[in-house]
Amino acid sequence: MIDYGRMFRGLDGGESETPTAPATEQRRGLLRRLVDNLAKSRQALQQQIAAIAFDPAADDVFEALEEALLLADCGVPATVEIVRRLEQEAAAGGLRTTEDLTAALRRVVADLLAGAESRIDLTARPSVVLVVGVNGTGKTTTVGKLAEHVRRAGGTVVIGAADTFRAAAGEQLETWAGRAGADFVGSTSGQDPAAVAFDAVSAAEARGRDVAIIDTAGRLHTQSNLMAELGKVRRVIASRLEGAPHETLLVVDATTGQNGLQQARLFGAAVPLTGIALTKLDGTAKGGIAIAIAHELGLPIKLIGVGETLDDLRPFDAAEFAAALLGAPS
Amino acid sequence: MFDSLADRLNSTLTDLRSRGRLSPEDVAAAMREIRLALLEADVNFKVVKSFVETVRERAVGDGVLGGLNPGQQVIKIVNEELTALMGTGAAKLRLKSSPSVILLAGLQGAGKTTACGKLAMLLAKQGRKPALVACDVYRPAAIDQLQTVGGQAGVPVFERGADVDPAEIAVWGVQQARQQGRDVVIVDTAGRLHVDAELMDELVRIRDAVKPDDTLLVLDAMTGQDAVNVAETFRERVDFSGILLTKLDGDARGGAALSVRAVTGVPIVYASVGEKLDQLEEFHPDRMASRILGMGDVLTLIERISENVDADRAAEMERKLQRSEFTLDDLLDQLRTIRKMGSLGGLAKMIPGLGKQLRGMDVDDRQLDRVEAIILSMTPQERRSPEIVNGTRRARIARGSGTSVQQINALLQQHRQMKKMMKGLAGGKMPGMPAIPGLPAAAGTAHKKRRKKR
Ligand SMILES: Nc1nc2c(ncn2[C@@H]2O[C@H](COP(=O)(O)OP(=O)(O)OP(=O)(O)O)[C@@H](O)[C@H]2O)c(=O)[nH]1
Ligand SMILES: [Mg+2]
Repeated sequence: MIDYGRMFRGLDGGESETPTAPATEQRRGLLRRLVDNLAKSRQALQQQIAAIAFDPAADDVFEALEEALLLADCGVPATVEIVRRLEQEAAAGGLRTTEDLTAALRRVVADLLAGAESRIDLTARPSVVLVVGVNGTGKTTTVGKLAEHVRRAGGTVVIGAADTFRAAAGEQLETWAGRAGADFVGSTSGQDPAAVAFDAVSAAEARGRDVAIIDTAGRLHTQSNLMAELGKVRRVIASRLEGAPHETLLVVDATTGQNGLQQARLFGAAVPLTGIALTKLDGTAKGGIAIAIAHELGLPIKLIGVGETLDDLRPFDAAEFAAALLGAPS
Repeated sequence: MFDSLADRLNSTLTDLRSRGRLSPEDVAAAMREIRLALLEADVNFKVVKSFVETVRERAVGDGVLGGLNPGQQVIKIVNEELTALMGTGAAKLRLKSSPSVILLAGLQGAGKTTACGKLAMLLAKQGRKPALVACDVYRPAAIDQLQTVGGQAGVPVFERGADVDPAEIAVWGVQQARQQGRDVVIVDTAGRLHVDAELMDELVRIRDAVKPDDTLLVLDAMTGQDAVNVAETFRERVDFSGILLTKLDGDARGGAALSVRAVTGVPIVYASVGEKLDQLEEFHPDRMASRILGMGDVLTLIERISENVDADRAAEMERKLQRSEFTLDDLLDQLRTIRKMGSLGGLAKMIPGLGKQLRGMDVDDRQLDRVEAIILSMTPQERRSPEIVNGTRRARIARGSGTSVQQINALLQQHRQMKKMMKGLAGGKMPGMPAIPGLPAAAGTAHKKRRKKR
């Protein structure tokens, strides 16, 4: 059950609704879910054991912490900062038990991520959410899931297919729109993505939908012409509707290493970002790069992707995330 | 922030006096930098640990090679060890049977479907007749995407929709390909997490059903620390024979490639360097080493120095320097050594940081020609004792070398300064002749010990 008040600002159906997965998405059936859950609890158990290993009394506890953070892709600067703060607390005598340490870590990580609003701002009518990122991070899937959760939270959605480049990108997105019960504004291959975005925003306004979510083509942040194209998509949206886009989310794959920082810097330079959607946290990757990004750029994590079905989207919870970084069960 | 390991090492180690070998402190400082650089490049923590240990052992044991400064020496060791790890020469697919079957597998979003099209295109260019089989029955429109990609590559795509078991589709697809006289079948599979037991079982079933000649793990070059977990599990389950590295056209250092190679020993066969279908290349492990460390061409530079600097001559030079006997003949000698390494502009570009500074500036090889001409127009006695070069001699030399008296004055002035500076550094490192206009500080210290042969 998701508390939509923690995921969105500006949707009044914002109180929790028990998600009921439509039949279409139970693609791997009941048995699969059972196996998954078993695997997950086994993993959780192992992680618990790993977590217990962080005994603040041990000589090498900070070395072990450092190792865990680096292995979680937090990167050297953020790791050094986190360990420095924990060492300070330890020196002040604040850390005696494993629980103390875990709690302190949650605080420190939450602190690094703090201040920034971690809910998706959907107060405007219509609100426009632009979704960007490098190839294959999970943009299209996230658009589909987000549309579904907006619907569950009581909102109506138009999805715009501004990926006019990749083969079958439109078909893929249309499937998701169907699953999420959202309107779909399609495009033809090679069409100007800015024009599609314009149409989607217009459609949301004309039909009185609450939210327009625009999917864009994956692109490497080093391709300056494609980054310029993205800038144009944003400008066209902004000129079509004042204050839009209200959210520009960078979709980051949790398996990404330190290059994620560069992605955030360069996408941010092309289109001002409002937050990160961190996907694929259902694997063994911890997504520490999001901490590095938050640490350097102050960009909040707003959504978490934990699988390939409509259900698998979560609001961001700093404490849970911090616990998972060290392998502790959340 | 430093751009590269080369910059880092040079800045950590430049102040060091030469001692013929690296001191324990030098080594410790260098190892810290290497560790940071590798972690920043996403090499797995554990792989970094064992790698740094290997490099440390060698750095402590080896003497410093003439012509290299301590930073360059360490880079040389790092590079040799990296190359040893990554392997040299390009690896090849096996493609034994007819039709040969290639199975592509990997995480979600790694780029498998596009890679299928690219591989088909590349193999077709090499005279093969490829076909594609669509076994991703999960991701919406994955089959459509493969069909489009196949169409663009001009190869047939065999698919049976999304309601048939992928292993069955694979077997059927290979049959179709055989009947139609195709000689390579590339099987696209759904992206899957290595911890997804059910989907990993499915992959094993596909593999057992079609018995591929080659199974390629498709790996995103931007992958972080988790790459080793992914590779180890895929290796255990489907024993892949090669790696196809994608998205190398970005600016990721690609340390994951090193990690995966280190933990599985499996070679990287292909590198994907763009979204267009013809942007797949055979992989060159040697280029990857310098990419991971961001070393630009500093390695080439080191190679050239190693080739051109004779250790005995270098030792002789150092002795002369210490006794402040650095004559114009010696300068000429040094100049020629540097000239053997290539053009100044080219050399400058290979030095991290310097290339950028010099961009747009005129690095003039003719200045070196001029210096050479001037020295050659002097008598042996003048070259040994430049202080005897008076006004008349200067006019003669200027005429003989086609230069002006001012230019001769400038050279003599610079030579005096160099000598003075070197005297100050008694026993210390020889600056790479910064006094010559436009000349980068290339050749560093001269040392007595030759590096042990490995
Ligand atoms: N396990 C897992 N897979 C995900 C998640 N989000 C997306 N995926 C999968 O990742 C793959 C790529 O997702 P897409 O949504 O197509 O990614 P994209 O960023 O739109 O890709 P391009 O448009 O090609 O750049 C698909 O197979 C998705 O099912 C997630 O949270 N967990
Ligand atoms: Mg997409």
